[in-house]
Amino acid sequence: MSAMTLTEKIIAKHSGQQTVQPGDNVWVDVDILMTHDVCGPGTIGIFHEKFGRDAKVWDKNRVVIIPDHYIFTADLKCHRNVQILRDFVREQGLRFYYDPEFVKNEPGMPNPYKDPTKTTYKGVCHKALPEEGHVRPGEILLGTDSHTCTAGAFGQFATGVGNSDAAFTLGTGKTWLKVPPTMKFTFHGQIPPYLTAKDLILLVIGEIGVAGATYKTMYFAGQGVASLTLEDRMTLTNMAIEAGGKNGVCDVDEKTLQYVRRRSQVKQWEVFRDDPGAAYCFEREWDLSTLEPLVAKPHSPDNRDTARNCRHVKVDRAYIGSCTGGKITDMIFAASILKGHTVKVPTFVVPGSTEVHADMKRLNLRGAAKDTNEKSIEDILLDAGCQVGPSGCSACLGGPADTFGRLNSTETCISTTNRNFPGRMGSMQSAVYLASPLTVAASALTGRVTDPREYVTTPIQTGTAGVL
Amino acid sequence: MNNIIRGKAFVLGDNIDTDQIIPAKFLSYNPSDPAERKYFGMYAMDGVPAGQSGLPDGNLRFVKPNEFKSEYNIVIGGKNFGCGSSREHAPLAIAEAGVRVVVAEFYARIFFRNCVNGGYLVPCEATERLVDQVHTGDEMIVDLAKSVLTNVTRHRTHVLKPLGDVAPIIEAGGVFEYARASGMVKK
Repeated sequence: MSAMTLTEKIIAKHSGQQTVQPGDNVWVDVDILMTHDVCGPGTIGIFHEKFGRDAKVWDKNRVVIIPDHYIFTADLKCHRNVQILRDFVREQGLRFYYDPEFVKNEPGMPNPYKDPTKTTYKGVCHKALPEEGHVRPGEILLGTDSHTCTAGAFGQFATGVGNSDAAFTLGTGKTWLKVPPTMKFTFHGQIPPYLTAKDLILLVIGEIGVAGATYKTMYFAGQGVASLTLEDRMTLTNMAIEAGGKNGVCDVDEKTLQYVRRRSQVKQWEVFRDDPGAAYCFEREWDLSTLEPLVAKPHSPDNRDTARNCRHVKVDRAYIGSCTGGKITDMIFAASILKGHTVKVPTFVVPGSTEVHADMKRLNLRGAAKDTNEKSIEDILLDAGCQVGPSGCSACLGGPADTFGRLNSTETCISTTNRNFPGRMGSMQSAVYLASPLTVAASALTGRVTDPREYVTTPIQTGTAGVL
Repeated sequence: MNNIIRGKAFVLGDNIDTDQIIPAKFLSYNPSDPAERKYFGMYAMDGVPAGQSGLPDGNLRFVKPNEFKSEYNIVIGGKNFGCGSSREHAPLAIAEAGVRVVVAEFYARIFFRNCVNGGYLVPCEATERLVDQVHTGDEMIVDLAKSVLTNVTRHRTHVLKPLGDVAPIIEAGGVFEYARASGMVKK
C-alpha cells in the first residue's frame, strides 16, 4: 500500500476505500455538519425544497447550529434568521443548538448576556465547536463557513462549504470530495516570545500567495508547531483558507488528546499521521528564531511586510477578536502588553466565545484562576482603555452598520482578524492591517504599526488558559 | 442544458473575493425567500472597488441603481475568482443578476463548488489571460459543448478548458439532480 498523508487517510476511511490519491473524486460520510445564522436559513430552505417539507436530517446528533454572525444588531431580518434556526431545531429535534436567548425578534438592539457563564449562546462557531466537544481527530467536519478549516488543528479534515453542499449533507450524510495534495510547512525550534502563530501563518500566506494552496491541504509540522498551544495551532489552520487551502492540519499530540478527552461526549476517535514517505506537492521549512513580527497590509492577506517596516503607518483604531484572534490566549497576549498602559487609539475587544469572555473575567494574566484582589484579563484591558463587546463575529466581516467596532468611514485599523479585502470590516474607504495580538496591542499603545519587540522581552505564559 | 450563451461581458480583475461580489451587510436577506432573493441581484458586485469595476476603464456598475438585473450576462475574471468566504450568496447573486457563465483563469475552491453543486453558474476556466483582451460591453458567445469563447466585437476566439470531472454535475443542474439521476438519492 502506498504511503498516505493524514488527510488522505481520513478521506480514504470515510469513503470506504483502502487508499486514495490526490485528484481522486470520492463520496465520503460526514461526521459533523455545522451551520450558523448567515448560511443556515439558505441551507434550510434548500433542504426543504430538495428533500421535501417533511424531510428529516440524516442524523440529528451530527448537526450543530451555532448562531454567531449577526447577533448584536437592530436589523430585524437578522433576528428573523435566528428564529428560522430555532424553528428548524424544533422541527428536527436537533441536539446541538446554542441559542442567543436574548434575541427576541423585537425592535432594537438585543440586550447582550449579562453573565457569559449563564447563557446558551456560544459566540463564534469555530471557537465553540471544539469547546462544546464537536471536534475529534480523524473525523470529517463540514461547515457553512470558510473558516471551518480551523478544526484541522485537532487532526481532523475540516472544510467550508456552501448552502447547497450543506443541504445535501443534511439530507444524505454525504458529500463528494476531490482528494487534495498536501503542502508541508515545517517550523523548527521554539516560538520566541515576540511571535505568535499569526506571524507564522502571515509568513506562509505571504510566501505562497492568496491562491498558493488552492485545492490543497496545508500541513503544519515540526517542533515549532508542537511547541504552540492548541489555540495558537488553531490560528494556523484557521487562515489556511486565506491561501486558498481546502483544509489545514496539525499533528495530534498529548495536548490535543487532553483537550478532546475533556470536551467530547463521543469517546472514540482515530488518530491518523502522515506515513513516512508520504508525498508532498510542496515543502518549506523555517527556523522560528530567524523570524520577526509581520503584518498583512491592505488589501490582501498575502501583502506581507514586517511590522518594523510599517512603523510610520498611523492607525486610527485597533481590533482584537474573531475566530482567528479572539481566543483566550490572544487576550492574554494582548493584555500582557497593554497592562499598566493606556491605548492611544480606540481599541475594540470582542471575545471569540462566551467561554473566552468568562475566562477573561475569571483568569489572571498568567492564565490561572485569579485571586479576589487580582486583576482579571478583562480588568486589565478595560483599565487600558479598551472597549469590550459581547462575543460574536462582530466587525471582522463588517456586518450590519450598527455592528460593534465596524469601520464605517476612512479608518485605518490594525486587527487580529483574518481578512483585509476591500471593505471587509465595513466601509470601502477603510483599510485593515492584519497582525498578531502582540503587534495589535503594541500598535494600540503608539497609534502606529509597532513591532511588539519594543514591549515583549520575556516569554508570555498562558498556563492552562483555553484548555481547562 | 443550453450549451450556447450569448451576451455582453463584464470584466473584472484578479482575486475578486466574495465580500466584493456580495458585501456582508446584505447577507441578512434570506436567499430562500423569493421576495428577498432578488435583492442579491440588485447588490451583486456592490463591493468591487469602483476603479476595478468593469475593466479596462472601470467605474461601471454591474447592476444599475434600483434594478435587479444586470445588462451584462457573461462575467470575465482573472485569477482566484471567488476567494474568501464560503457564502453561497456570491454565485447566487451573480446568477440572480442574470449571469449564467463566468470565465476566469481559475477559481477559489468553495466558490467553484457552490457554482457547480448549487447549479447557479457555469464556472469556465480560460486557457489564457482574458482580462487584458476583453473589454466590458464586448459581445461574447460561450459554446460550452465546444469549450470556445468568441468575442464577436473583436473577432477573436479563445479556447476554454473542458469542464472535466464536474461536467456531469453541471449537466445535471446541480448536486441534487446529479445524485438523483445516479440513484444516490431517491427521486
